[in-house]
Amino acid sequence: MRIGRRDFLKMTATGGLALACAPTLAQGRPHHDLPPAAVGILYDATLCVGCQACMVACKQANEMEVEPGQGEPLWDAPRDLSARTLNIIKRYENGDGAVKDRAENGYSFVKRHCMHCLDPACVSACPVSALTKDPASGIVGYNEKACIGCRYCQVACPYNIPKFQWDSTTPKIVKCQLCSHLVAKGGISACCKVCPTGASLFGPVEGLLAEAKRRLHMEEGKSYDFPVASLASGQVQSHRAGRYLEHIYGENEAGGSQVLLLSGVPFTSLGLPELPEQSFVEVADGIQYAIYKGMVYPLVLLGGLIYIIRKRVSTTGPAQSGGEEGV
Amino acid sequence: MADNNFDAISKKLNNISRRDFMKFCTVMAASMGLPLEVAPQIAEAVTSPKRPPVIWLSGQGCTGCTESLLRPTHPSLEHLILDLISLDYNETLNVGAGHQAEEAMRQSIEANSKQFILVVEGAIPTRDGGVYCMVGGRPFMEIVRETADKAAAVIAIGSCASWGGIAAAEPNPTGATGAPEFLVGKPVVSIPGCPPNGYNFLSTVLHYLTFKKLPDLDAKGRPKFAYGRLIHENCERRPHFDAGRFATQFGDDGHRQGFCLYKLGCKGPQTYANCPSILFNEVGGGAWPVGTGHPCFGCTEQGVGFAMPLHEQADLKFITPAADHAPVTSDRGGGVSAAAAALIGAGVGVAAGAAAMTARRLAEADKNDDGGEAS
Repeated sequence: MRIGRRDFLKMTATGGLALACAPTLAQGRPHHDLPPAAVGILYDATLCVGCQACMVACKQANEMEVEPGQGEPLWDAPRDLSARTLNIIKRYENGDGAVKDRAENGYSFVKRHCMHCLDPACVSACPVSALTKDPASGIVGYNEKACIGCRYCQVACPYNIPKFQWDSTTPKIVKCQLCSHLVAKGGISACCKVCPTGASLFGPVEGLLAEAKRRLHMEEGKSYDFPVASLASGQVQSHRAGRYLEHIYGENEAGGSQVLLLSGVPFTSLGLPELPEQSFVEVADGIQYAIYKGMVYPLVLLGGLIYIIRKRVSTTGPAQSGGEEGV
Repeated sequence: MADNNFDAISKKLNNISRRDFMKFCTVMAASMGLPLEVAPQIAEAVTSPKRPPVIWLSGQGCTGCTESLLRPTHPSLEHLILDLISLDYNETLNVGAGHQAEEAMRQSIEANSKQFILVVEGAIPTRDGGVYCMVGGRPFMEIVRETADKAAAVIAIGSCASWGGIAAAEPNPTGATGAPEFLVGKPVVSIPGCPPNGYNFLSTVLHYLTFKKLPDLDAKGRPKFAYGRLIHENCERRPHFDAGRFATQFGDDGHRQGFCLYKLGCKGPQTYANCPSILFNEVGGGAWPVGTGHPCFGCTEQGVGFAMPLHEQADLKFITPAADHAPVTSDRGGGVSAAAAALIGAGVGVAAGAAAMTARRLAEADKNDDGGEAS
């Protein structure tokens, strides 16, 4: 095939035009804002006493099976989140583990469950929209009827939250859905409802963020009122403020999340990953959106292919192809 | 409460002081989980001149229920139950005996038809026409049926009356049956226990006197105020269970330190009763089976007490987290199991054997080939 100078210039011009139209790749999709009625949980590790009432309440509210550990089957003893455990209290311990909320020779609890990201990677990765982010409450929910069991969500989640029922013949993905069935009825997440100290606090995300910032300004050792169960419950408990790290985990991590954490121990020690402010989804979606924006690139590609093929057909002619028929 | 009524009661009760009497009423209200404001109402009910008669029938039982009711040392309890309810017939406590007592019962039943409370103690043998328990020459089952028809309310006291108890244990040669099963179609309140706590019985009766109705019952006919929670949930040894500290033998170190008795066969995790909360006989803390170091044997729970072997471990109704926590990062996989190692070993062995055989055959084939060429 021979491309003339004129043809080459034509192609270059079209491609250049298309490129000029496409925005920068990483900015292909705007940053997701907080949904209008976004609800979430503020977990304050300095208030957590490790009673595990939240784990019991979670299993009851979501009708989950208990998970005996490796020893005797007397307790519900999950070691990690699993297809039977949506919410777990874990313990960090260092050295002699004497003082709470201290990284060295101290200990701390941490509560792990779905973070309900503003820009959830699982929702983006799901090819069949079985995982969706509620446009109002922002709760990342799961529809088992749509799920095809591909487990892309498991790979996509930066917090390693969605779990798969490996031991089931009709497996589902299992993750915390913020007790959306209770929230729909005007209730709050079961884990927050039973928390005796207010370490797990339910409420609108904006309110929780303000509460978290209030706590960061507290003077260590001084007594303050801390709301219990939910911001709207009106109940408070007095505690002496602990030593907080100047960091609200979930405020900016991977585009931000509706679950926020406060702690006196570095979050990486509590098993929470260090994440960039920009969500992975934003980057991935940006590339996708840029490629397919206005179908410009696909059309250019298609046009180019058609052009090349036509050119070839016209130069080689039917006689030669007829000769190849016998092969 | 009219003062003159109280004076009459006070005289009957060895001059009980007004203060002690109100204390009793308050204790009763508390044990039923009622607000303390109802204490005066209870006082009014029990000082009413018209006290409901109680007919107490004893069948296949050991009289432990009656004994346990008399045992509490709370001031004047026995006087109260004998004088505040009109106990018209009870074989253990009757002053009269024989035909005299039977006649008193007949008269009371006739005079108070549809007004008296029938209490059944002991199981009702039904096999062979009920000949295994005869009272006054008549089968006990007949007496119960007749009396229940005329009673305002029926209370089955003790495990035997509730479902047959020890008398109905396998192989149940006498066809022992509990009152609720025997009196089909008639509401029966069960106060199981071996023996039942006297306060649970008294509270039920006083509830009836005060509110003119029976307390809320669970699916097995037991008052919810007394049988609403598992023993395991209120047990003073529960923290030891959560922390995994168990007595494994009577008299071992754990047993001496008051550790959890689950591994000795304690049936607390599947038995509903308020024993750990109200204790027995008012002699202070620890006065209940588990408190004394003996596993609960599930006497208030049909299918557990007298049915499960004493040292068989209980089924846990609700499995909750232990007192320890998962570490932030948990190890995955449990290493190589013996079976897996054996399987791998077998595989390696087979492969090695096959390789050796192949090598030998090849060597033989080579030899044959060489021989062939030579010949």
